[in-house]
Amino acid sequence: MIMLDKAFTGSGRYWGWIAFLLVLIAVGFACYLRQLEYGLGITGLSRDVSWGIYIAQFTFFVGVAASAVMVVLPYYLHNVQQFARITILGELLAVAAVTMCMLFIFVDMGQPARVLNVLLYPTPHSMMFWDMVSLSGYLVLNLVIAYVMLAAEQKGVPAPHWIKPVIILSIPWAVSIHTVTAFLYNGLPGRPLWFTAILAPRFLASAFASGPALLILLCLALRRLTTFDAGHEAIRRLGVIVAYAMTVNVFFLFLELFTALYSGMPDHAEPFAYLFFGIDGKNGLVPVMWLSVVLALAALLALLVPRFRRNERVLALASLAVFVSLWLEKGMGLIVAGFVPSPLRTVTSYAPTAPEWGIVGGVWAVGALMLTLFYKITVSVREAD
Amino acid sequence: MKLTRKDFLRVLAGSAVAVGAGTLVHAVGSANDKESAGSTVGKKRWGMAVDLRKCREEKGCDLCSRACHRTHNVPQIPDRAHEVKWLWNERHDKVFPFQQNDYTRQALGETVPILCNHCTNPACVRVCPTQATWKRTDGVVMMDYHRCIGCRYCMAACPYGSRSFNYVDPRPYLGTPNPDFPTRTTGVVEKCNFCEERLADGKQPACVEACPRNAMVFGDLNDGNSPIRQLLSGRYAVQRQPELGCGPSIFYLV
Repeated sequence: MIMLDKAFTGSGRYWGWIAFLLVLIAVGFACYLRQLEYGLGITGLSRDVSWGIYIAQFTFFVGVAASAVMVVLPYYLHNVQQFARITILGELLAVAAVTMCMLFIFVDMGQPARVLNVLLYPTPHSMMFWDMVSLSGYLVLNLVIAYVMLAAEQKGVPAPHWIKPVIILSIPWAVSIHTVTAFLYNGLPGRPLWFTAILAPRFLASAFASGPALLILLCLALRRLTTFDAGHEAIRRLGVIVAYAMTVNVFFLFLELFTALYSGMPDHAEPFAYLFFGIDGKNGLVPVMWLSVVLALAALLALLVPRFRRNERVLALASLAVFVSLWLEKGMGLIVAGFVPSPLRTVTSYAPTAPEWGIVGGVWAVGALMLTLFYKITVSVREAD
Repeated sequence: MKLTRKDFLRVLAGSAVAVGAGTLVHAVGSANDKESAGSTVGKKRWGMAVDLRKCREEKGCDLCSRACHRTHNVPQIPDRAHEVKWLWNERHDKVFPFQQNDYTRQALGETVPILCNHCTNPACVRVCPTQATWKRTDGVVMMDYHRCIGCRYCMAACPYGSRSFNYVDPRPYLGTPNPDFPTRTTGVVEKCNFCEERLADGKQPACVEACPRNAMVFGDLNDGNSPIRQLLSGRYAVQRQPELGCGPSIFYLV
């Protein structure tokens, strides 16, 4: 914990950013207190659409957390030396993202004071129990790994031997968190949109696109704002990973659309019809989904043509497009449309309310604050060398 | 063979892991069908049959729903998004999706009373992370309002839309509360409890009692001589979406 001091010295810009995040957290906290007092009726949720942006954002950020494996695996299993300097960035991103996931679950609960009932009455037949186990395990793994590696780097000594198996364990564990998160949804009998065996692979594909895309943007930001440079080769390789994963993700979505629409089974086709065209004039998600599609296709074009991808400015734009596209599709559309039409064949619209956005913004700010402090410490340790 | 202390401990640890894993797999697999797997002799399975012909003849009648909601302090919230419902009338094409044709309107009547199906294999019980909802050996799917953490996973799991969440404080929306039944707080899920509090006193459910035409017949599905079983053996009855495998205990006579 000696390294924490490095987070307390910084430029005016650094403190300005921290202050901005603290303001967002304060606003989110105020909105949350209001929700605690009034109930979840303060949100846009309803009897028909009973999960919304909190759970959707939870799902999206499980993917961001799992994506750390995309730098850890090439470095530790395939000796990709270019990633040596950024594996820790991936692991720290995972810590921040998992924390955000836990907060999103927490703010979604109707009776948050009873959260420990999940531990008091452990229930192995509930996938939510396993999600808690896998997420908290993943948090501990990444915290330990990042701390031990950074501490060794600071002291200029090799990392202890015992950390290697822990790192190897974190690789399948990353896959497990997103698989179990998919199981939350695809084991339910009355939700045809989610009832697809491809949900877990789809989640992993979108995770391995959105996470490394975010990491590219973070590396470019670090290069501009600090002395830390991930190196062109590392960023180029991350770009290749995003290109593959995004291609697979779009292919998977195409498979879903074909199965649902060609078979013409109303149960399976209706949620997609709702997402892309609206039903009975209820079309709140239609612009969201088409924007996601346009961004995904534009990103694919930029990523698949090597000449474009090698241009770091284009790569940055493509990464941003991938992140936003998947944020819209997975962080909103997929979860909300699972409830449309409802089991009683009713189409109910959902849109987050202002206090709901405030709480979401607060959770993002917590994640961004953690990431800022972590990266500040990491960069400072490396500058001292 | 020489067994060293280290080897012995190793075997012991391995066996413990194996036994533990076996128990775990068993627990995951046998989520909530412990009693449905075995013999049904001497065990009750409460169920209900609703005669839709009688409902059709009393078009617009909602006495069952009103009796239920009055008995159980179910709030009357005007905002559709925050509604709490235990037993209510719903259009037949929404209750029996994909089983309709141009002629079913005549066959089933305009609306159908629906409630928790008290499934033999309830998805809500399977997903609940705290066992706040569970199935009794007599088939009633129960709810513990004091253990529920309000995660609403059961609402996502229930394929019948039978569950309601208290998005707002329900108490201001009660007329004159029934002092014999608890009210609920904000942030918990609730649903029909098959009048388990009345069953304990040997009474019939409130909806059954309230129906002037005796359109609802309640009884033990495991007892071949019960009125409900005789009714079901004599007339064609359907369940809501039996293909989902939940095993509803509510039958509709058509």
